[in-house]
Amino acid sequence: MRSRLFFLAPVAVFLVIAGYMAWGLMDPERNPSAVPSARVDQPVPLFAVPALYDSEPDGLATADLTNGKVTLVNFFASWCVPCQVEHPLFMQLAAQGKVELVGIAYRDKRADTRNWLKALGNPYSKIGVDQNGRTAIEWGVSGVPETFVIDREGRIRYQHIGPIHERDLTGKILPLIEELGG
Amino acid sequence: MIPELGHLALILALFVAVVQGIVPMVGAARGNPAWMALARPAALLQFALVSSAFLALMQSYVISDFTVLNVALNSHSTKPMLYKISGVWGNHEGSMLLWVLILALFGAAVALFGGNLPATLRARVLSVQSWIALGFLTFMIFTSNPFERVFPPPLDGNDLNPLLQDPGLAFHPPMLYVGYVGLSIAFSFAVAALIEGRVDAAWARWVRPWTLLAWIFLTAGIALGSWWAYYELGWGGWWFWDPVENVSFMPWLMATALLHSAIVVEKRDALKVWTILLAILAFSLSLIGTFIVRSGLLTSVHSFASDPQRGLYILLLLCIAIGGSLTLFAVRAPALKAGGLFAPISREGALVMNNLLLAVGTATVFLGTLYPLFADAFGVNVSVGAPFYSVTFVPLMMPMIVLMAIGPFLAWKRADLAGALGRLKMALAVTAAVALATWYLHQGGPILAVLGMALAAWLFLGALSEWAFRIKLFRAPLADSLKRAWHLPRAATGMTLAHAGLAVAIAGMTASAAWQSEVVRYMQPGESVEIAGQEVRFDGVVASQGPNYTRDVGHFTVFAEGRQIAVLTPENRLYPVQNMPTTEAAIRTTGLADLYVVLGDPDGSGGWTVRIYYEPLVPWIWAGSLIMVLGGLVSLSDRRLRVGAPARKRKTALAKA
Repeated sequence: MRSRLFFLAPVAVFLVIAGYMAWGLMDPERNPSAVPSARVDQPVPLFAVPALYDSEPDGLATADLTNGKVTLVNFFASWCVPCQVEHPLFMQLAAQGKVELVGIAYRDKRADTRNWLKALGNPYSKIGVDQNGRTAIEWGVSGVPETFVIDREGRIRYQHIGPIHERDLTGKILPLIEELGG
Repeated sequence: MIPELGHLALILALFVAVVQGIVPMVGAARGNPAWMALARPAALLQFALVSSAFLALMQSYVISDFTVLNVALNSHSTKPMLYKISGVWGNHEGSMLLWVLILALFGAAVALFGGNLPATLRARVLSVQSWIALGFLTFMIFTSNPFERVFPPPLDGNDLNPLLQDPGLAFHPPMLYVGYVGLSIAFSFAVAALIEGRVDAAWARWVRPWTLLAWIFLTAGIALGSWWAYYELGWGGWWFWDPVENVSFMPWLMATALLHSAIVVEKRDALKVWTILLAILAFSLSLIGTFIVRSGLLTSVHSFASDPQRGLYILLLLCIAIGGSLTLFAVRAPALKAGGLFAPISREGALVMNNLLLAVGTATVFLGTLYPLFADAFGVNVSVGAPFYSVTFVPLMMPMIVLMAIGPFLAWKRADLAGALGRLKMALAVTAAVALATWYLHQGGPILAVLGMALAAWLFLGALSEWAFRIKLFRAPLADSLKRAWHLPRAATGMTLAHAGLAVAIAGMTASAAWQSEVVRYMQPGESVEIAGQEVRFDGVVASQGPNYTRDVGHFTVFAEGRQIAVLTPENRLYPVQNMPTTEAAIRTTGLADLYVVLGDPDGSGGWTVRIYYEPLVPWIWAGSLIMVLGGLVSLSDRRLRVGAPARKRKTALAKA
């Protein structure tokens, strides 16, 4: 009978939708806030920022990332709580010395950044200061923290939005560095 | 002590809900009047208990009792009192409590004002209402207890998200929730009618005022939300097709459809099955709307912290409520007797078209909202934005607007289309003039914008013509017309207002989308920019201190034709507790257009980024919404629709008819 089917249609449609929702909730790999990055596989943008410490007169610029080394670039700020969360991982990484890590302080007062690093430790080999956030725009950063993996040719290979957790490091970032021969 | 009492009240409310969900339902099946009568005191008691719990939580917020985890996480001792109170529902647990409170309030309202309902229907409606409450009370008590204590208590709280510390947003959630939850009554009536196996004109008459009430609050809530987004987010936009916006919009579309289809059930005894389905779907979409962003299924700029564990519980709840009611629909609806027949060109036909377009429109919004989830299942990562909706939803609404002006002129059963169009001659002529004028003034502008303005004019004039026709304006002496206007059913006047309000809002939406102008640049103090014939001079920035934030206040002077017309002071605020910056746009409105100035960041050498928008007709969006709300209220005051209108009045009305 035609009409029976018609009356069953709403509940059938709902069950299909519910199935999708169940899948969306159960799949632990799913991250709905993942945004495909337009910067991945692009060369590092042209930029130059002054150094945080007066002892390093050169600051940080594009040339520092196209020197044949695999580099991690981390945008952070002393006012950013998630940055504090990921910081210990960077300290470990720096202690292991596997990869070069540079930091860019985003919209932060120099004194605050220095105090923050004094208290928590400084894992970065070089630190630039992006006072007005313009360099962050060049990089396509939507907020702090964000971390980029740069290959030997100075190309962005991975962009991580938000704080890095242990599983991001072991599951994605370290294998990628390995693969790039860092 | 007080929080524990609140918790206890919630648990007691759960027990009452169990009793209210079972006893009256069984009583109705067995014809036991005493069991059925239990529904009323139970609904009132449930409301009393849930409101005690709500007041207990509010008390904890007001006195800043940081031993309560919820207060510690979402409040702060220096926060202004208004936001201490609105903080109660500015978080997941508290907003759930508000949700249940409104649910209980509606249950109590049916218990109090439903005196003229048949005893079995009332018992069943209140029982179904109680099942919903049962689902949410267990959800709260087991996964989202707002009264959880924290030890040791923190010295001060984490503060409420500064974006939410705004008068517009303090009242937006309660309004939206009254709208969402108000649709639960239509749902309960629909499920009760399916159980009862009977839908008639009287049923539709009881459902309509509740749906109308929910619709009024949804309209107001959505308008308030978009207004907040407009002035608080600092992007000059008022609607972003964000999942959170869409999930409030879909129940609104469905409630609008339901309002119209219920008219057909009431007057012509037709469309019964469809109306029942709409009532179920409208509330189902409210449920999905309340939960989709909490479950972590979709992300949104303004969602509560999500939690997958909670998500599964929610999904289970949705499956029981929506799946259960739709299954009941599949089993019982075929037995409902079909009613009166009608020709395609008739009032019924126009209302069917309205329902069809609204339903398809809702489906496109639903698809767009959930598409990222569907696509994700196939490994594709997409986001759906305005371009999708402007090629799907907007074209669907255009024929509906055309019909909206004609429909009210059509007679029931079989109508004379030529006659109806004949009465719209004036409207058609003015519409053509508006279209030509728009086209002339904005040559090269988007053709869609010309169409939008023409549709707005058509709908506005069509709505007014119908009203003028009814009161015989210009065809009878003025005094006679005024007398007719006075005696016109308020529902008719309400419809005219609601339709005209939508027309005003459409004009605002079209104009602000098509002819917005924008300037973004670095400005040094003393510099000026020109926008839409006005000169805006940047005078500089002064830092100062607010009650719980620090701020940079920009000073701008606006000149038109060399004369100073306004001083605008947009702000950048920093809320130190959460270290969160917010922008406060400065807006100068003339009623016809807004000048909108946002202060950006300093460039380090004395200059500042400045964004200036000129948005023609944008205030009309909210003015139109307000007129729609007013129309709803006028219609609600109609004697025939009055919730619990005394039976005596109805009898006299029937006798007259």
